[in-house]
Amino acid sequence: MLKVMARRVAISIVLIVVIPAITFFMEGLIPGNAATAILPLNATALVRHNLIKQLGLNRPVWVQYFRWFGHFLHGDLGTSFYTGQSVVQDLDARLGVSLSLIIGATLLLSIVGILLGVLSARSEGRLGRIVDVISVSGLAIPNFWLAVILIEVFAVQLHWFPAIGYSQPSSPVSWLRSLVLPVVALGFSGITVVAKQTRDQMKDVLQKNYIRSMRANGLSNRSIVYRHALRNAAIPVVTVIGLVFVAALSGSVIVENIFALPGLGSAAILATTGHDIPVLQGVSVYFTLIVVAVNFVVDLTYVWLNPRTRKS
Amino acid sequence: MSVSESLSPITPEDHGNAGPTRPPASARRTFRRIVLHPTGGPAILWLLLVTIACACASLIAPYTPNGEDFTAILSGPTHAHLLGTDELGRDILSRLLYGGRVSLEGVVEALVVAGVLGLCFGVIAGYRGKLFDTISSRIVEIAMSIPAIVVLLMVFALFNNSETWAMVTLGILTSPVIFRVTRAATLAVREDAYLASARITGVSELQIMRRHVAPRIVGPFVVNLSVLAGVVLGIQAGLNYIGLGVTPPAPSWGGMVADAQGYLQEQPWLIVPSGVVIALTILAFVLLGDDIRDVLSLRTSDRSGRGFTSVDQPPIPTSTEIRSASSTPLLSVRGLSVAFGPKRGSATRVVQDVAFDIAPGEIVGIVGESGCGKTVTALALLGLLGRGGRVVEGSCLFEGRELFGTSEKVWHSVRGREIAFVSQEPMTSLDPCFSVHSQIGETVHRHEPTLSRSEVGERVDELLVQVGLSDTRDVGRRYPHQISGGMAQRICIAVALAGRPKLLVADEPTTALDVTVQAEILNLLRRISEETGMAVLIITHDLGVVADLCRRAIVMYAGEVAEIGSVNEIMTTPAHPYTQALLAANPIFATDGEALPSIPGTVTPPAEWPVGCHFADRCAFQIEACLTAPIPLLEVDTNHYCRCPYGPRISIEIGRR
Repeated sequence: MLKVMARRVAISIVLIVVIPAITFFMEGLIPGNAATAILPLNATALVRHNLIKQLGLNRPVWVQYFRWFGHFLHGDLGTSFYTGQSVVQDLDARLGVSLSLIIGATLLLSIVGILLGVLSARSEGRLGRIVDVISVSGLAIPNFWLAVILIEVFAVQLHWFPAIGYSQPSSPVSWLRSLVLPVVALGFSGITVVAKQTRDQMKDVLQKNYIRSMRANGLSNRSIVYRHALRNAAIPVVTVIGLVFVAALSGSVIVENIFALPGLGSAAILATTGHDIPVLQGVSVYFTLIVVAVNFVVDLTYVWLNPRTRKS
Repeated sequence: MSVSESLSPITPEDHGNAGPTRPPASARRTFRRIVLHPTGGPAILWLLLVTIACACASLIAPYTPNGEDFTAILSGPTHAHLLGTDELGRDILSRLLYGGRVSLEGVVEALVVAGVLGLCFGVIAGYRGKLFDTISSRIVEIAMSIPAIVVLLMVFALFNNSETWAMVTLGILTSPVIFRVTRAATLAVREDAYLASARITGVSELQIMRRHVAPRIVGPFVVNLSVLAGVVLGIQAGLNYIGLGVTPPAPSWGGMVADAQGYLQEQPWLIVPSGVVIALTILAFVLLGDDIRDVLSLRTSDRSGRGFTSVDQPPIPTSTEIRSASSTPLLSVRGLSVAFGPKRGSATRVVQDVAFDIAPGEIVGIVGESGCGKTVTALALLGLLGRGGRVVEGSCLFEGRELFGTSEKVWHSVRGREIAFVSQEPMTSLDPCFSVHSQIGETVHRHEPTLSRSEVGERVDELLVQVGLSDTRDVGRRYPHQISGGMAQRICIAVALAGRPKLLVADEPTTALDVTVQAEILNLLRRISEETGMAVLIITHDLGVVADLCRRAIVMYAGEVAEIGSVNEIMTTPAHPYTQALLAANPIFATDGEALPSIPGTVTPPAEWPVGCHFADRCAFQIEACLTAPIPLLEVDTNHYCRCPYGPRISIEIGRR
């Protein structure tokens, strides 16, 4: 347990240090590129020079990085090139939106995925094949295409949910309604990954010696499948859910953009097209922190599920 | 953007363990199998078609990608525009062809980077091991929790929306997937013993790489690369969709979905071509990967034989009616035959015409070599033959109640409460996720649902004491990985006793244990049987165990009962030649200074059972009559049965010698 946690803390620190460094490293590859990107094509050399100085881009990359990191440790991620607004303030306001979307999608893909996986592991044949088909289509259908179809069918045609936009959680019903389509679009491919993994693990566990011994000594089928087999199968599935979560984080950027949700992803796309480097760096920090938090949750779940990791 | 799939790499273990080297000649055969695969063929065909068509876009496209035709705006499929036109009257088919170049080029760029990086570092890490392996594995672990999108967006922002740089970056970010599989595959080769000997005999490193390592890596490498291609395409199209990488009006598949989205009301068809092409291409990559894996694992499993191929056996003659040893047997099995395999057609009998009785409180042993149907017989008594196995004939009366052919509900009321089970491997017989106390407690609760929580606790402690584990608090708290084999077997027995069964079926309960512990477990079983009046059916290959513990023994050979009798009779006047041979081969009964005799040959597998005596081909006294007709079980003496008409005479002959 302690060992697992110590390892995780070490990895987390490395992640927090390395991911922002990647962006500085890339800037360093083409010095002054950020300024060129910001300025209009006809900007004079003097304007350019001043901007570079103003942004501190004339200093060595590692100096820039350490300065930035020092500010970061004090909770300051600089200001946007464009709005001049504090990056932290801007992104804090957006964090809730992204978290609602990603957590919603993770819950959806975990619950539905595990359920489908268990069902198909238990019923040989038809349902197993249906899960196979779903999982292949989940891999093949890109989430942005699915999102467009979902909007067309469930918002434009059926009027069940709003097509785009985000409602504040202060009115829970419309908040939930505004999240349904984005959550489904983001979670769909993950459902199939989790379902497949769960099924394979369940099939594997149901062959185990202890399952036969339990049957032979009269435990009910329900307890064997849902208490014992599922618990054992869940251990590797949790790891997969952690990986799927990281992927969903990436996917959320596109999904937020499609559904016009004012989250971190939308800010990132705006910053990309506007070459607003501080905001992009800010988003990468927020994403990293989310990944770090989720990795801790995954580890804790893992330890909770698996007694072998508790005492060494 | 579904990166996730790529993150659970398909490891070489999935391919089964192929032999040390694969004959290079089979590469062509493998390819043919992939092409002929029901989904692999179409997948390859589609990928080839798309690649060639997009590469030759300028030759075959009916229009230029941005050629606007204002006479046919937002048209559906027509003769002039096979896939319709968009809001500016641009031909969809032409735009798909030109746009595909961007996507496919992107996929190739990313794959080359991911493939080269992953392969090089994976092979070095797997082959060299040590520090390089440790460091690169750590880096990969960290790289796998970087959300790819933030790095990609940074590239787009800094490198002026450059598609190429983004794809190269994506290649770097996805290379861990390839790294992990190649490393695992290389590691597997490195740990093979033959590599060490190859090195000792002076084969150069380069040759080892080429001849031994490369063939093993190719499979998993190609499989994962193919799946990764699908994932990369999805990401690439997604980026194009939000306008990154390709600046409109230049065509791209993702961009076309975005265009279509704006005019969905006017022309819903517009969303179809681009979406279908993207989905089909991703699908083709993923299916191709799956199929290569299928074919590769098929190739390895080909060698391991096909299992049962036999036809149905001829009917078995009815044996002598076995008279019950006691007036009211607890369990009475008659004519039990078990078959495995498909319901119709080539099912194979693995147990046939087994009959025996167990009296209340009696300890009976089933003894025989491995593969003679002992365990299958035991599992049949619990209705637990598992998939493909079933009782085809016979009856099993438990306290006069027929068990065979009853519902699962009846079995549930029998298992644990009437007949309980202890398995061969105590260490894998307990759920690793639950404490000892909770596992015994759950079984107690199942059989006595009216007990309160504290009463269940008391009963668990009582059971632990009964199996000789008096420090109940300490033991109860432990998890299966914290206990020894002997302790685990005691706990398994405690679990089995929880339902106060009248019969305990113990399948080789001591085989996996140390010799000193074996005796303890046997003593425990004897003591519990005496204390509780529970009958025990013990399955073993060890005549010593039978001699030590049992009152009566059932000798099985190749799915049949060879002999039944009291242990005394079996040991002193064995009737069946097999029993005689088994006794002669047992070290316990050997004479000092003489070589231990063994039974030549092996047990005939079920698929090859002869019509006549199953033991005939290993029997020293074989005559022609043994081969022509099935041999029934005959009564030799009171309650002593033998499946050999000549056995008793042979026995006397041996006695005279």
